[in-house]
Amino acid sequence: MAEQSKVTFIITRQDGPESAPYEETFEIPYRQNMNVISGLMEIRQNPVNAKGEKTTPVMWDMNCLEEVCGACSMVINGTARQSCAALVDQLEQPIRLEPMSTFPVVRDLIVDRERMFDALKQVKAWIPIDGTHDLGPGPRMPENKRQWAYELSKCMTCGVCLEACPNVNDKSNFIGPAAISQARLFNAHPTGEMNASDRLNGLMEDGGIDGCGNSQNCVQVCPKGIPLTTSIAAMNRATNIQAFKNFFGSDSAL
Amino acid sequence: MAEQREFFYRRLHSFLGVVPIGIFLVQHLIVNHFAVYGEESFNQAAGFMGGLPFVLLLEIFVIYLPILFHAILGVYIVFTARNNVSRYGFFRNWMFKIQRITGIITLIFIVWHVFETRVQIGLGNAEANYTLMEGILTNPFMFWFYVIGVISTVFHFANGLWSFLVTWGITQSPKSQRISTYACIVVFFAVSYLGIRTLIRFAYGV
Repeated sequence: MAEQSKVTFIITRQDGPESAPYEETFEIPYRQNMNVISGLMEIRQNPVNAKGEKTTPVMWDMNCLEEVCGACSMVINGTARQSCAALVDQLEQPIRLEPMSTFPVVRDLIVDRERMFDALKQVKAWIPIDGTHDLGPGPRMPENKRQWAYELSKCMTCGVCLEACPNVNDKSNFIGPAAISQARLFNAHPTGEMNASDRLNGLMEDGGIDGCGNSQNCVQVCPKGIPLTTSIAAMNRATNIQAFKNFFGSDSAL
Repeated sequence: MAEQREFFYRRLHSFLGVVPIGIFLVQHLIVNHFAVYGEESFNQAAGFMGGLPFVLLLEIFVIYLPILFHAILGVYIVFTARNNVSRYGFFRNWMFKIQRITGIITLIFIVWHVFETRVQIGLGNAEANYTLMEGILTNPFMFWFYVIGVISTVFHFANGLWSFLVTWGITQSPKSQRISTYACIVVFFAVSYLGIRTLIRFAYGV
């Protein structure tokens, strides 16, 4: 496969959070079954760009290498996805790599996804069971509900849905689809349900669920196939009911 | 509890778009359709609407204030979006973008339309009758301006109806959202027909 002997990457690089981005082209030898990460590793081994100049190795984030941690998300040929699951054979060349523009760039392809974790805090996406004494076993969860909830629990906070969402940007404070779906997950849990109103009130805070404009890109791009738009619509209903309860005062916060 | 004002404003925005603005829009186009049955019947209908008791109060609370609120927050919403249909060309993403474009066109159209009709009538420069609209629409430029304005308004209403159903948590499942998409397409064509048919009558007398 002579014509396939080289792989070309055009990478949008940035030396630091405040510096200007620039493009750099790399040509690396082709190997069978390469993914984007193995290409980046090749560049790291021999950081010489296509013009033959020695340069700094390209920095990127990665962890699990099997599309479950979400760390290696980047924009590959215009689409946000995980670089570990992006196979070179299936990509059009030259392969363009950019950092996800929704997030602040730390360096090269590494972005800071902290806003996603702040969003999880806003909607209290956890189950508060820590205490000083044994609380005993929690309520049981029906098996079919567990299977359904498992789909929502696949979220790896990778940021692809935020990158695709036209309403998540530096002009808006929208928390994005991921956290909304996580609030639904924990509200569906038999123990988590006990704090359901706390999460709904978090979703109603500024930057919360009302920022959704129904472009529905999130559900199309989610690498885990999470029904994000169904979660948003379900939380729309739940927050509306919570808002009425808050205002009219029936069973107040619960 | 932290601030929840944005949530309230956005829900109010969604609600007002359908009740009363959407209802008014359909009612307005139906009453105007009287023109198709002749000058006499349009003038009678316009006279009835214009002669409703407390008409100014009705206009202020059912039309002007809701539209003003919807428009001001709407323009803000338009400018906080970063459209990305070139990268993510999905159907709903296009609808998202067109909803914002038609919102702006509709705002321009309504401002002009209200100035040309209601304001002039209020100032005593015109009378709400068949002749006024015939005078405006026999000008081909204004006819096409009105055609674009009406179609854009009706699109904004029909697509807004779809997102209203999502925002209020009525359609949650992908299937229900798909069926409501079809339903809103039917609404779009039906209400567009009402409006355009009337414009043709005023412009060409047929």
